[in-house]
Parts: sequence; C-alpha cells; structure tokens
Amino acid sequence: MNKTVIRIEHVSKEYRLGAIGGGTLKGDLQTWMARMRGREDPNSKIGSTRNAGAGERFLALDDVSFEVQKGEALGIIGHNGAGKSTLLKLLCRVTAPSKGKLSYNGRIASMLEVGTGFHSELTGRENVYMNGAILGMTKQEISRKFDEIVRFAEMEQFIDTPVKRYSSGMYVKLAFAVAAHLDSEIMIMDEVLAVGDVTFQKKCLRRMRAAATEEGRTVLYVSHNMNTIRELCDRCIVMDHGKIIYDGDVEKAIGIYIGANDYFRTNYEYTSSSHSRGGRKQALIESIRFEDGFTGQCTASREVRLTLGGRAVDKLQNLRFHFEIEAPNGNRIGTMFTDKEISVNKGESFTVPMSLDLSGLAPDRYIFHAVAETLESYETYAWQDSVSHAFTLEILADPDSRKMGIWATRSWGNVKLKDIRIRADDV
Amino acid sequence: MEDFDVVIVSKKGWLDVDFKELWRYRDLILLFVKRNFISLYKQTILGPAWAIIQPLLTTVIFTVVFGSMAGLSADGVPSFLFYMSGTILWTYFSNCLTKTASTFTANARILGKVYFPRLVMPISTVLTNLISLAIQFAMFLCFLAYYVIRGEVRPSGYVLLLPLLVLQTALLSLGSGIIVSALTTKYRDLQMLVSFGVQLWMYGTPVAYDIRIIPAKYMRFYMLNPMTPIINVFRKALLGIGRFQPGYYLCGWVVTIFITFIGIVLFNHVEKTFMDTV
Repeated sequence: MNKTVIRIEHVSKEYRLGAIGGGTLKGDLQTWMARMRGREDPNSKIGSTRNAGAGERFLALDDVSFEVQKGEALGIIGHNGAGKSTLLKLLCRVTAPSKGKLSYNGRIASMLEVGTGFHSELTGRENVYMNGAILGMTKQEISRKFDEIVRFAEMEQFIDTPVKRYSSGMYVKLAFAVAAHLDSEIMIMDEVLAVGDVTFQKKCLRRMRAAATEEGRTVLYVSHNMNTIRELCDRCIVMDHGKIIYDGDVEKAIGIYIGANDYFRTNYEYTSSSHSRGGRKQALIESIRFEDGFTGQCTASREVRLTLGGRAVDKLQNLRFHFEIEAPNGNRIGTMFTDKEISVNKGESFTVPMSLDLSGLAPDRYIFHAVAETLESYETYAWQDSVSHAFTLEILADPDSRKMGIWATRSWGNVKLKDIRIRADDV
Repeated sequence: MEDFDVVIVSKKGWLDVDFKELWRYRDLILLFVKRNFISLYKQTILGPAWAIIQPLLTTVIFTVVFGSMAGLSADGVPSFLFYMSGTILWTYFSNCLTKTASTFTANARILGKVYFPRLVMPISTVLTNLISLAIQFAMFLCFLAYYVIRGEVRPSGYVLLLPLLVLQTALLSLGSGIIVSALTTKYRDLQMLVSFGVQLWMYGTPVAYDIRIIPAKYMRFYMLNPMTPIINVFRKALLGIGRFQPGYYLCGWVVTIFITFIGIVLFNHVEKTFMDTV
C-alpha cells in the first residue's frame, strides 16, 4: 500500500546575503524611527529602491514540491549550494521555510554530524542516551535498543570510555548506530558515510536498505558519492540552484547530475543562471565553442581546440582562465591554467582560442568548471567569474595503449602520470 | 486530504507554545542536567566543592567590606549569616540568568543540526544550577545550625515558603534569561550588557545591605524588583528578621509570572528561525 509520509508543497527558503538583519540595536531603531516618521530609511543602501533586492537576497530553495511514500529510499543529489542541505534542515525543523508547507508523519531521525550531539567528557554509554534523547527517544526506548546499538557500532570494549578518547571513525560509528536504531518512521542521512572504513560503510548501507525494504521506514539520503546512491536508493531527485530539475529513476538522475545529457554538444552558451554568484564580474565567460566538429568524446592524447567567448565590463590587464576538472564521483582531480594572461578593453567582447592537452586523464567522464581571474600584485589573484559545469568531456581508452588493460579507476585514480622509466644504464 | 503529524509552515502564532511536546522531551532535560553537572566539575580536583567555595568567599568579602569596614547593619543577626543568605540565593539567580541568556549563541552548533523543543536547554540550565544551590544551602544550614544552637538566631514559620521562593527565583531567572537570549540572536550588544546588568541588579536588591537603608518614599519602586521580596522573605524565614509583607510578595509573583510569560513567548517566536541570524 502506498502511503504518503512526507509532503512538501511549494517550499521556498530565502536568505539575505551579506550582514544579516542589520545586526545592531541602533540600526534597527533608526530604521524603525524613520519608518514611523515616514522618512527614508537611513540604513538602506543608496538607490536600493531602484534595484530593490537585487543580489541581496537569494533563494536557497525555490518553489520545491514533492512527496515521499512509505518505505521509499530517496536519494537527493546536486552540486554544492543546490539546496540539498537547506531542504533537510527544513525537514529537521532546524529552521523554518520562508514560504510553503512541509508535512510529515512520524518521527524523523537525522544523524548528527560528527561530534555535534556528543559531549566529549561523557562516556560512550552516556552519549548514546544523550544522542537518543536529542533525537526524541525516551530513556526506556534507548535502554531497550542499547545492546543492539553497541553491537552494531562494534563498540563493546569502549562503551564506558569518555568519547574524547575516541577516534573520529568511532564517533561516526556510534552516531550512525544511534540514528539507525531509532524507532523513527523517517531517517535522514546527509553525507555521513564519508568517514568510517569501507566495511562499515557497506554495513551502514545494508542497514539503511533494510530499514526501507523490511521495516517500511522512509530514508532520505544525500550524498555526492554516486555509488552509494546507486546501492541504496530506488528514486532520486536532482537539485540545481534551489530547484528540483529531475525526479525519478536513479540512473537517469545520476546521468543528469554528472552531465551525461550534455554529450555531443559543441557549443555552450552560458545564461546568467549558470554563472557563479560571487566574483568581481569585471569579465564574464559567455560561451565555449569546440572546433573541428569535436563531439565531447576523445582519447587523452588528442588535442582539444576550443574558443572561449566573453565580455569585459572593465579594462583588464592580466586576465587568465582556468578549468577545474571534476570526476564523476565528485572529486576535483586537477586544474589547468592558461599559459599567459590577456588584456581586454572596457565594454568589449573577446574570444580566446585555446588548446587543451588532456594527456594523463584516465578514461572516464569529466565535468569542467570554467573560471576567469585576474592576476593582482603581490602574487595574488582576484576571482572574476566562474561557470560551474561549463562542459563535459568523455575520455576514451586509447586504442594504442590497450596492452595495459582496462583502467581501474577505483585503485588507480583518474590521472595517469608519466611512465616510470627503467634506466638502461643500471640494468 | 491526509492528516500529518507535523506540519511546518513559515509562521506560527505568538502564543503557540507546545508544552505537551516539552513534556515528551523530559528525559532529554534530565540528561542535559546530568551532562552539564558532570562536565562542569570533571577534571577538577575539588569537584562540586567549588559550588561552596565561590559563595563562601563572596560572603567573607561582603562581611569584611560591608559589615566590618562600612559598618552596615545586619538587622541584629550575625552579619556572616546575613550576607550568606543573600549571596546563595543571588548566586543562583545570577548564574541561571547569565547561562540561559547565552542559550542560542553557546549551543548554535547542536541547535543547527537537530530539532528538539528549544526550551529544553534553558530549563535544564536552571535545574543544573539547582543542584549547586542545594549544595550551597546545605552549607548555609550548617552555619545556621551553629548560630541557632548558640541562641543567636531563630528561624520563623515562614520556612514553609522556601520551596515557593526557590521556584520563583528559578522562574524569574529563566524568564529574564530567555528574554535576553531571544534578543541576542539578533542584537549581540545585549550579551555585553548581561554581566554588567546582573551586577547592577544586585545593587538594586538587598543582597549586601539591609533593606532598612532604603528611604520609605522609594520603597514602592524598589519593591517592583521581584528579587527584593524573595530575599526578604528568605531572611524572614531562616533568620527571623524583617517583616513579611504579603502585598509586596504577591506583587513580586505577578512581575515574575509576567516576565516568564514574555520570555517564553519571545523565545518561542525566535526559536524557529534563529539559525538564520545567529
């Protein structure tokens, strides 16, 4: 039987950027006095009536709606700042939405981040009770589950030691065990498996899987690790800039997240929404165009030629660009910089022809983030603009190097460094 | 339309305080009390003895400075007892107030991760300090017994009011503390003022002096401070000095309840979104 456990209706969360809420009593009193006397607020920025709100508020969540059924394991993925954590914070009632309504049935158990729910002077046993009570369990319930929790965390020996003597892995194990054994209808896990060894990660995933399928609990899981999403979830939501851009099949969702649908594009135009929120914005990256009919797939040895198009808002002397390269598992694996700086004139559109040498990249799909920056004096640089997710490339296995076999990314990583030279003179 | 247990919307009413939920979290309150108490004295040599040392030293200082040097009257009882009776009750009040005042800012890390009724924190602070008060009160009783045996002091029947006095002090410090904590989420200025304000408040309360030095014409305003009748009745009960004035005592309760009420309403109002401003 399908039963809705969580319903989220048109939820938005707005944050004010910069210094929040004036901050001082004096400022607020001035504002209040001015309003009472019908004068202009002395604390509002000059000309703010004209572009009220522009750049000062930002929507961490923008009209999000979805439902989750009982027993579902829902994955939530998206780039940093997409609004995943904000969504979970609203569900955990840490903060309230600006608009909209969230409803759910039953209790929510969220795993506390390493250390937050623990007090270092207390023993493991005391902290289990503490943590359980924070999550809304009564003493009785915790006592009933206590042995199970300790056994799951593999902590029998250390349970009466103050947790300040624990390693960070032990912390996580115990915290996860408490959250996972709560009699809650909804379980929220946010990137918790990053710490802890591989066997324990596997155990946690199995435990969450069992909670959803066997015990009929609902699991919300946020992670940048696509493999764990694949293993655990049966439905996945992709978030981007505070909106849900996809809701459904896990593989498709992962494909969208890592940019698989951007394949075979040779022209990229960047609208204002794909630009970063920060940066000086004296120069903007507007487009990237691949040359020679390039389709996004190539071997590492091939030279990739492209033209970056942009616009200069101010006259700049030392403009340079770089691409940050991200592997499908979310790891940044490297960055490539332009070899020289260029000058641009105020108000002018410019194009920069570039040639990328990707040799060394192992066969995989990569997301490239483009960044423009200026070199300043004293060996510093100033961030001008960036386009996250500027383009995607797939590196294919080089037919000439077949003799080394299939690249084992999990053991070897994403970069093939130069070959080790066996010195002829010593042999 | 299905029914949901929990519905979260952007705003809730000013008077929307969920006491039933607070009751469900009573185990958490007790655990916080235990945690606060353990962590306070862990890795100290003297442990809970510290609870005694602080008011004892303050009393000695008051006795020397106000009693011996300034020669202020102690209403006919040994000045040491007189000052100690004021000090232990005041220490409880001021500790509760300053601790609860920093509820949001001091616990931002845990409050930012998980939901539980926020009132749990200030309530557990007030209860933790109750343990220290009990220790101090036991010390006071020892000294009192000594003087009673020597026939210098005679407690009165108002001793029965003691639990009410402690409750009132607890409520008053809780109320004032959470008002400050609610306002400090936005205005950090207040945090600077708290310790200073508490000190001022002490001089507006007959802790270190006898109430008879206050001119009669100011008495009406002076008595608006609920701590004044509390300490007066406390001394009347244990030391048998002063007068019990039911009118002023009741007035103190009215102010206490008013402050507690305002505190809970304000606290309840900011607790939902304080994470965005803290």
